[in-house]
Amino acid sequence: MAITPSFDTVMERLKRQDLWQFPGGVHPPGQKSLSNTTAIARVQLPEVLYIPVRQHAGLEGSVCVEIGSQVLKGQPLTYSNAPYAVPIHAPTSGVITEIGEHTSAHPSGVPELTITMRPDGNDTWTELFPIHHYQHLDKNALIERICDAGIAGLGGAGFPTHIKTSSTKPVEFLIINGIECEPYISSDDRLMREHAWQIRQGVDVLNHLLSPKCIVIAVEDNKPEALKALNIACEDNQEIQVVSVPTVYPAGGEKQLIQVLTGREVPRKGLPNDIGCVMFNVGTCFAIADAIFSGKPLLERVVTLTGTALQKPQNVWALLGTPVSHLLSYAGYMPHNQNEQQVIMGGPMMGFSITSLDTPVVKITNCLLAPAKNELPSAADERACIRCGFCTDACPASLLPQQLYWYSKAKDHDKTQEYNLFDCIECGACAYVCPSEIPLVHYYRKAKAEIRNQRDENDKSEKAKQRFEARKARLLEEKRLREEKHRLAAEQRKQAMAKDGSAQDKIAAALARAKAKKAKTAAQTEAVEQPIDAPQKSAESSTVKDKQAKVAAAVARAKAKKAEQTTSAQSQPASEKLDKQAKVAAAVARAKAKKARKQAEAEQGVKQETDVIDPTATDETTAAPGKKAKVAAPVARAKAKKAAQKAAQSEPAEAENDAASVAEVNDKEPPKEKTAEQIKREKVAKAIAKAKAKAKQNKSGENAE
Amino acid sequence: MKLSLASSPHQHVRRDTGAVMRLVCYAALPGILAQVVFFGWGVLVQLILAGITAVAAEAVILMLRKKPIKRTLQDYSAVLTGLLLAISIPPLAPWWIIVLGTCFAIIIVKQLYGGLGFNMFNPAMAAYVMLLISFPVQMTNWLPPQSLVENNASLLDAVWVVFTGYTVEGYSVAQLKVDIDGISMATPLDHVKTALMSGQTVAEATNVSFMYGTTGAGWVWVTLAYLFGGLALIQQRVITWHIPGSMIAAVALVSLLFYVVSPDNYASPYFHLINGSVIVGAFFIATDPVSASTTPRGRLVFGALIGFWIVIIRIFGNYPDAVAFAVVIMNMAVPLIDYYTQPRTYGHRA
Repeated sequence: MAITPSFDTVMERLKRQDLWQFPGGVHPPGQKSLSNTTAIARVQLPEVLYIPVRQHAGLEGSVCVEIGSQVLKGQPLTYSNAPYAVPIHAPTSGVITEIGEHTSAHPSGVPELTITMRPDGNDTWTELFPIHHYQHLDKNALIERICDAGIAGLGGAGFPTHIKTSSTKPVEFLIINGIECEPYISSDDRLMREHAWQIRQGVDVLNHLLSPKCIVIAVEDNKPEALKALNIACEDNQEIQVVSVPTVYPAGGEKQLIQVLTGREVPRKGLPNDIGCVMFNVGTCFAIADAIFSGKPLLERVVTLTGTALQKPQNVWALLGTPVSHLLSYAGYMPHNQNEQQVIMGGPMMGFSITSLDTPVVKITNCLLAPAKNELPSAADERACIRCGFCTDACPASLLPQQLYWYSKAKDHDKTQEYNLFDCIECGACAYVCPSEIPLVHYYRKAKAEIRNQRDENDKSEKAKQRFEARKARLLEEKRLREEKHRLAAEQRKQAMAKDGSAQDKIAAALARAKAKKAKTAAQTEAVEQPIDAPQKSAESSTVKDKQAKVAAAVARAKAKKAEQTTSAQSQPASEKLDKQAKVAAAVARAKAKKARKQAEAEQGVKQETDVIDPTATDETTAAPGKKAKVAAPVARAKAKKAAQKAAQSEPAEAENDAASVAEVNDKEPPKEKTAEQIKREKVAKAIAKAKAKAKQNKSGENAE
Repeated sequence: MKLSLASSPHQHVRRDTGAVMRLVCYAALPGILAQVVFFGWGVLVQLILAGITAVAAEAVILMLRKKPIKRTLQDYSAVLTGLLLAISIPPLAPWWIIVLGTCFAIIIVKQLYGGLGFNMFNPAMAAYVMLLISFPVQMTNWLPPQSLVENNASLLDAVWVVFTGYTVEGYSVAQLKVDIDGISMATPLDHVKTALMSGQTVAEATNVSFMYGTTGAGWVWVTLAYLFGGLALIQQRVITWHIPGSMIAAVALVSLLFYVVSPDNYASPYFHLINGSVIVGAFFIATDPVSASTTPRGRLVFGALIGFWIVIIRIFGNYPDAVAFAVVIMNMAVPLIDYYTQPRTYGHRA
């Protein structure tokens, strides 16, 4: 970069009005007198307002009203939920009729989220909270107020103002941009002429917030009245330099104006505050003063209505959201005076033709231009580039537009970027001078869009590739680790074996132990799992289990009997603990005994039933219970069948439980008379077990137990 | 209601390619006028022939290439090419010289390379070089200023000579070249070159009646007339000062170097500038946008190197003048110059 002039050098030259120049630039006919001769007028309320939720460069706020909501003038419709979000407000009082998509104030006209409201005509303000002594207020509170007022750069870029005001870098030059270099537009001109004092108030607030070393208000020398008004407004403050800047397009571009005033260049990927500069548009200063001193949010702006297809070209205060058609009809739009209907939002150099007359005025709309026949040359077909280099001479960014054009047209995007396509500010100076009428800026926009798309796609595929590679690497690493582990283990084993022969034995022993353990647990789990997974096997093992169960049942019975005896005999002299234990034991025993009895009965019943079924036995039992038995027979059969099924399923589980309890019992009280009454007991136990199975099925019985 | 859409900027200068080319043609008028005054009607005949041939050749080739004929012809580039060639060749050269040259310029040098904007070489100068190499006799038959010759040719004579080789009275071009003293005359550049080669000093060579006598300043006036037209082009912002400025400066500087070393063997900068086609070349030929460098610094380099080659070729080459050669040589270097002279973009470090 060229040598960056020091602060003192800049100040010296500013005082002498000896400014720098930016390269290139063009001198299109101004046409400002078309609209700047009358005072800014007020337009009657439109029938409907289309208020886009996002009207600036940044994020949209969150909508905080609903369809049907009655809103007052100045009431917020969205709130800021992110640093770059700026709220919007109801420009007048009325009813929200719709929240949906509407044609946007964008070259594409792509529908955007828009709040539609119908003014009630009363224009009733919501409560406002002016700040009278802003110097005493915390700076952050002031910045928050600016954000809440919905202020974004009114010069055209629409950058959120509160972001700029919260700059932490030291500010040398606070630059107020009153250049308005685009032909036709005179909204800032009129604002400066009529409201210089309020602009000054806004400058004071910014001065307080940013504490710059110097304040420069720059006005192009084709606006002497505005210059005079600002000079008067800033007379009392010697720190404010009101500078007249030679008229050349695009002197009002942020980078260009910084270059003209300070001789400094904003670094390629930097911001103005990197070189100690912060710039605000005069309209933004006006809005800041409104927000602080009146508490009014940004609801309206000055819009130039111009072009000779309008009967009364002039400047108006337009509520944000006012449809273009409303303003045009106010200014006497004569579509028949145009070759083809065309309305340009913005100036003739950088503005865009709107797609619908319903397009709303937004925060960055400074002009509506309706050119008459032959006022602006109609876009002819482009001719061949003759490499005249007029574009190079006109480019304020010192680019080579013609090379960019060749490479953009050829879609050689490596080359376009090598020729710094992204440093193009799209001012249109190159296309303005092009004798072959090549829409150069259009080519650059297209190339930029293509490059951005390509980048996005590359990013996506790059990420996918990275994910894939990472996964591959991970899998490989896992495999390697696994193999390494195995290898190490094998090595260790080998080493251990070589070292100590007994290790083999130890391993064998450990293996054996592990096997035994496994077998044991398997045996245990087997019992549980059996009925589910191996029905045939269960039959086999159930005989073993049966035996166990039988033993358990017998033990239980014996215990019960004994308990009964002991409780009856020793209930009185026992100690309290014993007593309790005994009681519980007794109760359990009793219950068990009861159950046992019941089971015994049931057993008998079952036996009878089975007897009945037995055809050989029928003759013997025919006499008395014949009828009953006959009736009972099918029922009993069914029951028996069911019971048998259930028993087959539940028996083993229960048997296990019993087995456990038996084991306990066994330790304390090994059965003595096994040999003597074994057969008898076994029979009874069998019956009990069967009955138990049945009882388990019978839930009510169980509950009672 | 349908609104018409267009991409910004919506405003354009009303000077299209055709207007630019026409302005160059107009700027050449004072020079052409001076040529007619001092060297007779021949140049007008050549101009008409060149113009007709250029337009016809362009139309035919556009038709073959299936390009819009009328719209392309309106860019006046063909007319300008013909004009530049016509004022460069001897005024009484036979008709087929200009026809052949113009056809070569339009068809081969321009259209076969892709048409306007795509040609690498300056069409007029490439054609001039082709003619000079192929037909050196016809291409060096320059007339002396009319005030010095015995037989002044009328317009009818000029037409007659161009088409038949003889005037109405039957004089040939060689006879027309004979001056009042009966000496066959050459251009000053030619004369000095021959004189120097035969061992004369520059002072001796230029001390001839026809050189800069009171009446014999025809070449000077023609040069001044073109200079005037060229300055008008700069004032009208059709061309920038870079190429003519650096080219003239380079011719002056390089010839001055030689002159300082040996004034007897080398002509003065003034002699080099005022004679031959340095001035026409600087303002009208080297500035041909298509084949010239386009970056600001590149234009300076381009012009300076043309000036350098002009002096070098004039002094050491076999041809008396060298503008066409120098321009064609430097046309080849343009892509290289452009690549290495890109301006520093705003915000970028040098």
